[in-house]
Amino acid sequence: MKLSIERGKLLRSLGHVQSVVEKRNTIPILSNVQIEVQNGSLALTATDLDLTIVDTTEANISESGATTVPAHTLFDIVRKLPDGAEVELSLEADQRLALTAGRAKFALACLPKEDFPVMSTGDLPHRFDIASDQLKRLIDKTRFAISTEETRYYLNGIYLHVSENGDSTLRAVATDGHRLARMEIPLPDGAKGMPGVIVPRKTVNELRKLIDEFDGDVSVALSETKIQFSFDGAVLTSKLIDGTFPDYSRVIPLGNDKILEVDCHMFAEAVDRVSTISSDRTRSVKLNLEADKLVLTVNSPENGTAREEVAAQYAAEAMEIGFNARYLLDILGQVEGDTMHAKLADPSSPTVIQDSADPAALYVLMPMRV
Amino acid sequence: MPEPNNQPPLLCLDCRSRQALDGRCAQCHGTRLVRHPELDQLSIAHLDCDAFYAAVEKRDDPSLRHRPLIIGGQKRGVVATCCYIARLSGVHSAMPMFEAKRRCPEAVIMGPNMAKYRAVSRQVRALMLTLTPLVEPLSVDEAFLDLTGTRRLHGAPPAVSLARLLARIEDQIGITASVGLSFNKFLAKVASEMNKPRGFCVIGRAEAMDFLEDQPVRLIWGVGHSLHQKLERHGLHTIGQLRAFEKADLVARYGKIGSRLYHLARAEDPRPVSTDRKPKSVSSERTLERDLYRYADLESVLWDQVEAVSRALKSKGLAGRTITLKLKPDRHRTLTRATTLAAPTQMSHVIFEHSKVLLKREATGRPYRLVGVGLSKLEAATGVLEVDLLDPASGRKSVAERTLDKLRSRFGADAIKKGRSLKG
Repeated sequence: MKLSIERGKLLRSLGHVQSVVEKRNTIPILSNVQIEVQNGSLALTATDLDLTIVDTTEANISESGATTVPAHTLFDIVRKLPDGAEVELSLEADQRLALTAGRAKFALACLPKEDFPVMSTGDLPHRFDIASDQLKRLIDKTRFAISTEETRYYLNGIYLHVSENGDSTLRAVATDGHRLARMEIPLPDGAKGMPGVIVPRKTVNELRKLIDEFDGDVSVALSETKIQFSFDGAVLTSKLIDGTFPDYSRVIPLGNDKILEVDCHMFAEAVDRVSTISSDRTRSVKLNLEADKLVLTVNSPENGTAREEVAAQYAAEAMEIGFNARYLLDILGQVEGDTMHAKLADPSSPTVIQDSADPAALYVLMPMRV
Repeated sequence: MPEPNNQPPLLCLDCRSRQALDGRCAQCHGTRLVRHPELDQLSIAHLDCDAFYAAVEKRDDPSLRHRPLIIGGQKRGVVATCCYIARLSGVHSAMPMFEAKRRCPEAVIMGPNMAKYRAVSRQVRALMLTLTPLVEPLSVDEAFLDLTGTRRLHGAPPAVSLARLLARIEDQIGITASVGLSFNKFLAKVASEMNKPRGFCVIGRAEAMDFLEDQPVRLIWGVGHSLHQKLERHGLHTIGQLRAFEKADLVARYGKIGSRLYHLARAEDPRPVSTDRKPKSVSSERTLERDLYRYADLESVLWDQVEAVSRALKSKGLAGRTITLKLKPDRHRTLTRATTLAAPTQMSHVIFEHSKVLLKREATGRPYRLVGVGLSKLEAATGVLEVDLLDPASGRKSVAERTLDKLRSRFGADAIKKGRSLKG
């Protein structure tokens, strides 16, 4: 195998795959990235056995072949090479990968391509295309609510499924038991009949990174156990979480009748400001709702108190309710319109938050005892 | 003949006299004399009760007085404390009980009565607080005291106040304690171990380095079993040998603790005696009388530990985010499995739900001899989320638990129990 490629292109391609590789691995080959010359271009593959990303770029190929080298080492080397450098990779007879760029030369230890695990996709019967900006919205508006608790592993991802409630939509839902985020887009052609699937957190994060600079359509293919996203020379294949996502619709309260409307940016800034006083990791902020007035207070036994008043529209009876400041900010960070609509019931029941600019996004937040 | 004035100052532990005559106290003729050039300058002390649990039991039952006494798990488990008579036979704390019984077959063995020891501990602490507000309890039977600046208040240097404290503990509480007096916490703790029981040992600035020179590295606070072995492998046996290394070398070799090794080897310990030691974790564990392997049996032990941890968290006003399950497949191996929650909790039903999942994964038919659970990443319990969106019953469970807690605080811990804690 022998090829040369511009440093920027190689770095970009490596950047797409290298974060799949875990920092610590018990199986040595999983620390490696596979380098393969395929149909006149360079294909880089990284896997953690649950998730595989293949990224293809153009390169000047002089000789075909394949090998694997430590992913993070290669990435760090390429990162430190000067901008614009031409990088030459060639597999030597001593089974080392020679990397030459200008006057810098490296010989990297390789493991044979044959040892590199191949993830079988099986049959992927459901296929559809989705515009990348739609996919980004589905992810951005829900992924902050993905649970990190291992004990309820079925919450460690985004639940992607078809909703037949009125117009058919493709819905993404994530929850950790304290908040829930739901986002939907019109059902893409071909998605009808797809099973509800739970896409793991790492897959969601890798996918989001991959499509960040991409504008076209992403092809999605899935079965009950695997999902594959392909676009622009990259193919991400992932296992799905084998579990049942809870019936979340029960969690979304319908009867909340106390309506609060508040300028989203002012509110977010105020929450951020007053919560500074708390030194706890879990920072709770108390909201006092009165006629057209919202007062935020935070009490810290060690540091003192903070209070801020924010103009708001509120006509229901006065009430006091507490929230986790970070959870509030996570949601407010996703509200695109100027106004946040909150529907409240009482200080111990879930509150519904919606975005004035985007009725498709919906958030449920559990209050805290304060 | 009174001794000349250039002799180092001395103190009689029995009558607090400062004069000696022919090697005995000039006043009471006792021999418990402490003599040290810096005796009146040092003010950081470590007080450690002697064979605490055993001493309390002997105080309450004089028939035990002259018999070897071991406190610990009765059938299996380990020695928690043993009296000095039992120690003559080679029994020591943390020794497996069967080994203790082999070495000292005539010993009386009792299970610990923690509630009683805690009550005595509070009495001891109350006496300590009459000397200084700066008391840092390390455990139920030991504490650091900072007596800096108390000389005018008590009309005597710290050493004399401490000798008085020891006498009051003996007279009023009926147990004995030992004191280490030095200029920092590390050396004070080391000193209190030096001539137990009823000891009073002083390590001054002048001899600190010499004193540490030949002491084993094991003495350094933070050097546990594995680090000790590592140091031994590297040929480092004494504290003096550590001084040959730069701080950076020790850090590179042993990690963060390297810096501590460097400073403590030079008798440098800047940690202040602090009164608000926040616990880093709260845990409870039990060594089983016989190995258990069925999930249901392990679960019921787990529930008891969960309840104990939850009770401790509630009494301290704390909640934790990380739940750690501890299991011992045999005496030498410990297995821990942890999970971190999105929000801290102190509720037993939440801790149980999560630790159960961890236990289920490990209950593969393999026998375990110990089951424990702990919470870490602690914070103040105010404003803790208690209702789970996905488990609407969790709110009711929390309310029920709070009600149970109230009943127990009024009518005693055994007034009301969950069905699952009743066995058999």
